[in-house]
Amino acid sequence: MFEAIAFYLFAFLTTLMFFITVTTSQALHALTALAAGMIFISAFFFILGADFLGAIQIVVYSGAVMALYAFGMMFFDTTREVKEKAGNKYIVSGLSIVAAILVVLIFAAPMVTDNITALYPMTEGVGNTQDVGMVLFTKYLIPFEVAAVMLLVAMISGIVLAGKKMDLSLTLFSTAEIKDMKKDKEKRVLS
Amino acid sequence: MMEIGLNHYLVLSTILFAIGLIGVMRRKNLLLLFFATEILLNSVNIAFAAISHYYGDLTGQMFAFFVIAIAASEVAVGLGLLIVWHKRHNNIDLEHMSTMRG
Repeated sequence: MFEAIAFYLFAFLTTLMFFITVTTSQALHALTALAAGMIFISAFFFILGADFLGAIQIVVYSGAVMALYAFGMMFFDTTREVKEKAGNKYIVSGLSIVAAILVVLIFAAPMVTDNITALYPMTEGVGNTQDVGMVLFTKYLIPFEVAAVMLLVAMISGIVLAGKKMDLSLTLFSTAEIKDMKKDKEKRVLS
Repeated sequence: MMEIGLNHYLVLSTILFAIGLIGVMRRKNLLLLFFATEILLNSVNIAFAAISHYYGDLTGQMFAFFVIAIAASEVAVGLGLLIVWHKRHNNIDLEHMSTMRG
């Protein structure tokens, strides 16, 4: 009973928040609604008994990702109204809904047809966080390390792309400037 | 009706995924397009957690963790590229990025 009430309440709130995110013309409203939706999604994880995932959701999304977006928005001109693509609304909505249903069917079809068994079943009498830790650091150790390397790469690329010495960065130059630089280099080599 | 099963969560995941796809298709501002992709990733996370719960299997939660890690790194790289683009062209609309059109 309580679970049902919580599910429907949070389902309604999440859908509403994400709907605001994709329809509003104010970037700030979209950001705020997205942050609220992320927190509401963590409620589903708590209902489902995935406590650690819920905590990670709040920490990473509402903390890190939203802060990053807020920083990003300081660079952009977000006060003006966002213009939308002029297109047929019904085609867009219809295509999206069909695609979403297809994706979920791809997910669900193998589970319905053959009786899948748990690969790493949950252990009895152990909390979710401990359970996750045991599986993550034994069975998924290599993916975990690869994810760590990927985050490192992302961090370095973020620093390089948005770093302070932007005026010296190659990514900022126009093609003509880069060509000039190459010519200069060749001249130096020849002379 | 009162008993929440796996189908409820899958339907919710479908609805959120559809909302995210609508956002991806109709947004022109790249920053708001990124928001829509976050919605897509989150809707898939709900499906993963629900399947993990109803089948008593931890694999779904593991995948959800890796999806979150990928989302975080995607935001870092994407925002870096966006800032570079904005400093160079002074806007982040998709229309102005069609230089590769044949």
